[in-house]
Amino acid sequence: MNRVLVRRPRFWDPEGILLLALLLLLAAGVLYPLLQVLHVAVASEGGGLTFRHLGAFFQRPLFLESLVHTLATGVLAVLFGSLVGVPLAVLTVRYRFRGRTTLQTLALLPLVIPPFVGAVAFQQILGRSGVMNLLLLRTFGTTLPLMEGLTGVVLVQTLHYFPFIMLNTAAALAGLDRSLEEAAQNLGCSGFRLFRRVLLPLALPGYAAGALVTFIRVIDDLGTPLMLNYTTLLAPQAYLRVTTMGLTDVDGYVICVMLVALSLAALAGTKAALGRWEYAVLPRSGEAEPRALHGARAVGAWVVAAALLVPALLPHVGILVLSVSKVWSLSLLPTVYTPGNYEEVLFRTPGFIWNTLRYASLAALVDVALGALIAWLLLRGRVRGRAWLDTIATMPLAIPGVVLAVGYLRVFHGWNFPGLGAPLTATWLILVLAYSMRRLPYTVRAAYASLQQLPVALEEAAQNLGANRLKTFARVTGPLMARGLLAGGLLAFITSAVELSSTILLVPRMELGPLSYGIYVYMQSAVGRGPGAALGVIAIVLVGCGTWLAHRLAARGTGLLFRL
Amino acid sequence: MRAKLSSEVRLEGVGKRYGALWAVQGVSLDILPGEFFTLLGPSGCGKTTLLRMIAGFALPDAGRIVVDGQPIDHIPPWQRDVGLVFQHGALWPHLSVKDNVAFGLRERKLPREEIASRVAAALSQVGLEGLEARRPSQLSGGQQQRVALARTLAVQPRLLLLDEPLSSLDAPLRAQMRLELARLQRDLAITTIYVTHDQAEALALSNRVAVLQAGSVIQEGTPEELYRRPRSRFVAEFVGAANLVPAEIVELRETGLLVEFGAGIRLPVPGDPARWRLGSRTLLCLRPEALRLEEAAIGRGMGFVGTVASRVFEGDRHLYELRIGEGTLLRVEMPALGEGRIFRLGDRVRVELNPESAVLLPPE
Repeated sequence: MNRVLVRRPRFWDPEGILLLALLLLLAAGVLYPLLQVLHVAVASEGGGLTFRHLGAFFQRPLFLESLVHTLATGVLAVLFGSLVGVPLAVLTVRYRFRGRTTLQTLALLPLVIPPFVGAVAFQQILGRSGVMNLLLLRTFGTTLPLMEGLTGVVLVQTLHYFPFIMLNTAAALAGLDRSLEEAAQNLGCSGFRLFRRVLLPLALPGYAAGALVTFIRVIDDLGTPLMLNYTTLLAPQAYLRVTTMGLTDVDGYVICVMLVALSLAALAGTKAALGRWEYAVLPRSGEAEPRALHGARAVGAWVVAAALLVPALLPHVGILVLSVSKVWSLSLLPTVYTPGNYEEVLFRTPGFIWNTLRYASLAALVDVALGALIAWLLLRGRVRGRAWLDTIATMPLAIPGVVLAVGYLRVFHGWNFPGLGAPLTATWLILVLAYSMRRLPYTVRAAYASLQQLPVALEEAAQNLGANRLKTFARVTGPLMARGLLAGGLLAFITSAVELSSTILLVPRMELGPLSYGIYVYMQSAVGRGPGAALGVIAIVLVGCGTWLAHRLAARGTGLLFRL
Repeated sequence: MRAKLSSEVRLEGVGKRYGALWAVQGVSLDILPGEFFTLLGPSGCGKTTLLRMIAGFALPDAGRIVVDGQPIDHIPPWQRDVGLVFQHGALWPHLSVKDNVAFGLRERKLPREEIASRVAAALSQVGLEGLEARRPSQLSGGQQQRVALARTLAVQPRLLLLDEPLSSLDAPLRAQMRLELARLQRDLAITTIYVTHDQAEALALSNRVAVLQAGSVIQEGTPEELYRRPRSRFVAEFVGAANLVPAEIVELRETGLLVEFGAGIRLPVPGDPARWRLGSRTLLCLRPEALRLEEAAIGRGMGFVGTVASRVFEGDRHLYELRIGEGTLLRVEMPALGEGRIFRLGDRVRVELNPESAVLLPPE
């Protein structure tokens, strides 16, 4: 009896069962709907494989144009977003001047306004009969068609999404080891050359992560084009096909496949491009001191920052003014003010807000629980098959909301869910499912990061003193992960609260709709713009508070929350 | 590859303040051309700050730094031409070994062929031929540190600054790199300022050493001087092992002093009688390896008697702890070379020493 006992968990171990359960859940919530979409797109009538539908996509001028325009919005938003975000990142990380913290906070504000809400506000200010064009018309007798067509979409998206580029670049710059820069200076390198030869290449992976998030979010964005009534893009095309032609129309699925393909291509492309830069450097000598700017230089820094930021902050002002206006049309400012819009959304149709709170908090709870379990399995588990879990749990980041929604409709429609007596898609549960699956990567990532920082010895000490694995998790691991998990949960909550691209397809009945849906519905009519804006302000407050709290909780490494 | 010329560095009353605290204060040193000079001290003593001031990454708040007769405090780091090797190498992860080493040469806008030949020469100097295409992440810790050294040597700086370059390596590698570093410095005859907290490194490598404590130089000299004639308790304990025994001056003689310690043990020690007063307290510093043990009965030379309180065998030597008088323990190192007698716990033994090896230090 001299055998060495190696404990290899069998599949029916508690750990194996947990893994299996999680895999099944994710398969049903993510993988299967996605495969269904793909299946419809490539299946022939007889059930065989065919590329006829995919081929037909490229024969249709409208679809081709949509594809090109979608690519263009993604690329242009990244390009212009970089022009705004990178200088702001450099300014706030490398220099110290009065009000720098204020500037950092201001630069986050574009993120708290949902893009489709921002779109409405931009219309009001920069649109055809908006404030700016009214002014231009009066003084110069001409107008600037900034909000027309593709230009408008790119403008709104650039000014909404650039903080992702800024935050990621700033985090990368701030995390650089001071000695890497000093070594270059010691060898005679300084100023712009130092920037070009050392700092920028080192910050590139961070920048690329931000650019990737921006690209994927932009092509996924359904609300902005719908609000601006510009539909020659893939996401609105998919939405229109499904809502007008129904669930049996193959073209809707084909467009969905194209959207996923674009996302995945961007993901793969970035990964491949960054493969050469796969370095994990710990800042060992500390980070570089920002350079102090005084007097005229500090003023100069603010002038640059203001030029970059003010356009992005316009919608906040616009939506606020719109929310208290009764009549604001063809005039610089509203002609009649009223508190009635808030009365409308708070007392006459409070359902939108309550639904949002209910759905988003339920989804966040589910995500926190799943995130903790998945992260624990990935880092501390021993059972085989964990890599699958990782892959499937990360997938939602690259799946556009429209596509997931179409998949859900396909899978759950017309099938009475056991225990409900109705299809899942006929109840509000489908929204909770969609939100929790779409935002799961946030909590998995947050939990993973906080668990990774925990020395295993802390858990081993608990086990050495007699706590089993469950007790160890409950009394040591769980509490120590709590902060990070909560930050991830908050992020899941706020992003779910303003989700529109799958919501708009999945809301079963008007009274079950959440905030984002309410805004969309209100904005469809001229009289609804006031109440819609009031809902928008509430959404901004909700997201603002959540973002602030998540930042406080995550202390360091918040950049991580805004990456893929 | 030869250094262009060996520079002379003079620190004149250099001080650096962080808030109200002086991290470095009143440091004046003359470092000669071609010298290997070490700044030795525990962490937080200001040695790295001093080095960073010479490299230009910190500005002195008092005094000035003069290189080859020219004050350099207003020259930015990138124009100083002093090579600094960082503690953890600071290799750029986005550049290959070759590009890392070529970096400074490109900054100096040298012709392509010269860059290539100097990169090759620098890499061969540190024994890393054939690794040009690697990324820093593909190198071992020792190789990374060599690349960092090659990168600095390639630009042939007038001064070489080394910030604990061996501290991130494991012990055997550290010993080997120490030898290589000594050889390289001797061959290049480049003025070198070395920062370390490792006294063995400092003694082995340096022409001269300055010991720093709390931002000030408390003693400066050759390794032998520091070891044999420490002037303070701090230096005695920091440089080598030391028994520090409280003692009292009981007699002033023409050529030395007579001290009493333990339970009435008297010992003549060298010292200037003019600097001491009869009856004053002092610390007697006895190096463990300068003491010998004999059986109590047969002792002949200068010495005193004690009891063995513990013994540890360390392979090449025995480490004894002796009790002399109450409460006073003395460490003694005896080579473990075969025939020597091994003493047991409780044995009465005689400690013999050459009185010349004893040093009197001021009490705290």
